Formats: sequence, structure tokens, C-alpha cells
Amino acid sequence: MEKRVVFDNRWLPYLLVAPQLLVTFVFFFWPAGQAIYQSAFIPDPFGLKTQFVGFGNFEYLFGNRYYRESFLTTAVFSVLVTISAMSFALWLAVLADRVIKGSSAYRTLLIWPYAVAPAIAGVLWLFMFNPFTGVIAWMLAHAGYVWNHNLDGGQAMALVVAASAWKQISYNFLFFLAGLQAIPKSVIEAAAIDGASFWRRFWTIVFPLLSPTTFFLLVVNIIYAFFDTFGVIHTITQGGPQQSTTILVYKVFADGFVGQDLGSSAAQSVVLLALVGILTVVQFRFIERRVHY
Amino acid sequence: MSGMVEKRGLGTWLTHAGLIFGIAVICFPIWIAFVASTVTQDDLIRPPMPLLPGPHFLDNYLEALLTGGVAPVWQMLLNSLVMALGITIGKIIISLLSAYAIVYFKFRFRMLFFWLIFMTLMLPVEVRIVPTYEVVASLGLLNSYTGLILPLIASATATFLFRQLFMTIPDELTEAARVDGAGPVRFFIDILLPMSRTNIAALFVILFIYGWNQYLWPLLITTEPSMNTVIMGIKQMLPTGDQTVEWPVIMATAMLAMLPPVLVVIGMQKLFVKGLVESEK
Repeated sequence: MEKRVVFDNRWLPYLLVAPQLLVTFVFFFWPAGQAIYQSAFIPDPFGLKTQFVGFGNFEYLFGNRYYRESFLTTAVFSVLVTISAMSFALWLAVLADRVIKGSSAYRTLLIWPYAVAPAIAGVLWLFMFNPFTGVIAWMLAHAGYVWNHNLDGGQAMALVVAASAWKQISYNFLFFLAGLQAIPKSVIEAAAIDGASFWRRFWTIVFPLLSPTTFFLLVVNIIYAFFDTFGVIHTITQGGPQQSTTILVYKVFADGFVGQDLGSSAAQSVVLLALVGILTVVQFRFIERRVHY
Repeated sequence: MSGMVEKRGLGTWLTHAGLIFGIAVICFPIWIAFVASTVTQDDLIRPPMPLLPGPHFLDNYLEALLTGGVAPVWQMLLNSLVMALGITIGKIIISLLSAYAIVYFKFRFRMLFFWLIFMTLMLPVEVRIVPTYEVVASLGLLNSYTGLILPLIASATATFLFRQLFMTIPDELTEAARVDGAGPVRFFIDILLPMSRTNIAALFVILFIYGWNQYLWPLLITTEPSMNTVIMGIKQMLPTGDQTVEWPVIMATAMLAMLPPVLVVIGMQKLFVKGLVESEK
């Protein structure tokens, strides 16, 4: 992993890494340090001075019913987004892999939602499900089902899951399709000659061979659901009704900027830092393994 | 390519039917948004809304572009463009330089620097949101392009990618350049940069989309309407409570907001797929 031939220069390498290090220190390590520092203090009601409380903010946080519920909400939300985005994408990728004519046209039509911002995805789905004028809300009303995600927590969750999963399908589709196309056709043909049906071939040969891609996407989708869906939640539900869609990332924002509870928000940032750390390590260990396949 | 497996008539038809159904599901939200951006408010507030485009395309898009919400959409699009390009170009430049230093030089603290950069992978803006805001506010960077761009510019992913790429470039090339009397700067400009061209282009596509689609950060630090970006500006147009809003104008804004990144993905599909697979997030 080392270059045999390197340049000798006393100051040039430092000059080259300086811009990135500077940005990293000012906008990453300083704020992260601040978060850890602030998480050990509470400001007095007038904001004049702060009082050291050690792990008090964390004790308060995990003693708080709403925070524990937010963990559960995040878990439910992430699992639903990951499963729906991945299964729909896998189904489409399997179909696209079978197509001989026109497959590039299908691919083009399926990948562009990747470029839509989560916040815009939120606006589009909010418009379709608007309880008073939305086209799907109207259809549901005619089918005898009352839709109002402003009142019904379950419906609100379904809506933010649908909007978040919709945006992620293209990413999963691309990776699943690449994974499918990398499977040697001779293996599948051999099974077909032995008389295995399409579904039997899929579950006994294709799906196991696809597992590196599936695990990789699992981690990526969970990270997406945890952190990148802020725009969807903020445009559609603002965490409501009654906190039913308040995922952890939304709560850091709501407590810090709307509630002005800086100690708690900082403690939440630290908890999230730990979570991202774990997920990143899982992702990297996995990618390392995949490279050595 | 797919050989002899499954080419019978019915199977093929079912495959195409399934794909078309999938595309219909995925495209439906955009179609609805497009239709809504071509009709009048009256058409929309008395459901069911029409499912085919109306004649008010120009009215709605002109109103969005010239009047918009708290700021005209042309201005928000311009801000988005400056932010997206700033993030993209900034990230590429600082990552190229630091990856070059880490691969082609031996110096003290090299590995320490590498790990410091690597650790930023673990700190997305959403996580350290309040303290980053405070840092940027204390530097007096609220409502400025610098404040919009700089905090999002450090990227371990891009540094990694260039490091991997540089590792694959044969040492013979460097030796030959040195024999010819080329110093580190010459080598970087004349050999390394041209060899990294496609990778830079692929990364450009991915980073442009990333930069354009930023939401939370501009939402926090641009309190002045004239600095709003289009992705966050559209939130300000949405209804709060029971008030009625001009849905056709909002939907025209949504269409305008997603047009640049979608065009980039469709127009540069090969580079986009390459960038996506290489950066793996």
C-alpha cells in the first residue's frame, strides 16, 4: 500500500494537506468537540452562565420518555424504508436483468429519482396525499378510507416511509442490477437445463450470490433512513402528529433550534455521533471484506 | 446476453408489463406535479384534479420564476447553482491536493493527517448541527456563500477515491517523469491530473447532485430571503395550518428545483453510474 517512488520536499506536502485539514478542523472537530463539551453543561434560564452537570444531560435524555420513543420511531421508520426500497428495487432489477431489448431505456427511466432532493420528494408526496385536495387522498376517500396524516400517526408514518423509499429505489436498483449482471450466466443455464424453475433458480442460486450487494445496500439504506431523510420529515409532518414521526435526526434539530434546549441537543448529537461511528465501522469492515472476495 | 434461459413469449410479456408498472409507480408523483404546474388553483382545490396537462404552463412558471414565495425562484436557483458548484469544485480541489500529498510524499504526521480526514466520514452535518451553526455564526458567515459552501466541503470520500486511484498509477511513470527532470508540481499538473480526468468528471456529477440537494444547512444559515436556495425555499411556500396556497406555483417551483440534477443524471448517465459505484455513497 506504499508507493516505492516518492517526492522529497520539506514543506510542499504540508501545504497540500493544509486546506483540507483546516476545513476539517474548523467545521468538523471544533463543532464535534463543542457538542461533547456542551453535553456536560446546562445553561441557566437567562443564558448568562452554564452549570456543569457531567452525564446529567444523558441521564435526563434516556430518562425522557419522548427520547426513548424517538429511538423506537427511528427503528420502525428505518426498517420500513429499507425493506420497501430494497424489495421493490430487487424486483425491478430482476425484471430488467431478464429484458434483452430496451433495457437501457428502462434503466434511464428508473434511475433519475436519485437526483430528486429528499425535501422535494416530501413536497411531491405531500401534494398527492394532502387530506383536502390530494389526488390519492381523494381516491382513498372514494374507496371509503379517510386519509388525514395530520391526525393519524400511522398514516403519517406510512407517508414519510413511502416518500423516503421512493427516492431510494433508483440507487438500490442500480446496485442490484450490477450485481445480477455479474452472476455468470452459465451457472443459471446449468440449473435451467436441470429443470429448476425460475423462482427455484432465484432463491437457490441468484439470491445467495447476490448477498454481498444485499448486505452493502442494507447498511447504506439504514444510514440513508437515519440521516438523509430529514428533508422528507420536515416538509411532510414536522415530526407529528404527537411525535409519531420524530426520528432522532429530526429531534436534534427540533430540540436545538425550535426548543432551544442546547444541552439536550448536544447530548443527542453525541449519541448520534456514536451511532454513526458504529454504522461506519460496520460499513467499512464489510466493504473491506467485499474487496477481498 | 441472457442466452437460452427464459425466452418464451408469455414470460417476456410479463417482464415488460412488470417493468412498465414499476416505472408508472415511480413516475406517477412527477407526472402529478407536472400536471399541477400547468393548471389553475381552482382546478386543484376542487378534487378530483385533472390528470392531463392544462394550458397554464407559462403563467405558472413565469409567476414562480419572477415572483415565487419569499424570494423569486430565479434568484433561489442562482443561489443553489453557486452553492452546488462551490461545494463540488471545492471538494474536488482540496481532496486532489491532500490525496496527492498522502500518496506521493513521505512526511511527519502523514498517517495522523490521513486518519483525521478519514474520521470526517463519521460526522454528517445533520449530526453536529447546532455546534456547527454556532461556529459559522461566530465567524460571521451567516447569509453568505462562504457559509453555505465551506462547512460542506471537507470530504473523506473524495480523498479516499483519489488516493485509491493514485495508488494504481504505475511507479515507472513517476520515475520516468523524474528522470526527465519534472518536479512534484509538474508531475501533478502534466501527468496525474490528465490521468484522473474521467474520475474527476464522475465525481463531479455525484457531488453536484449532493450539493444541489442540500436542505438542512441552507435552511439554518440563510435567514435572508435573497440568500435562500430553491430546495429549502420551497418549504417556505408550503401551507402552515389551514391557509390555502398557490399549489400550481409551488409545483412549478418543485419541477424547476429538480430539473438541473435530473438533467445531469440523464445526460451524463455513464459518468453518473461510474461515480456512484466508485464512491459507494
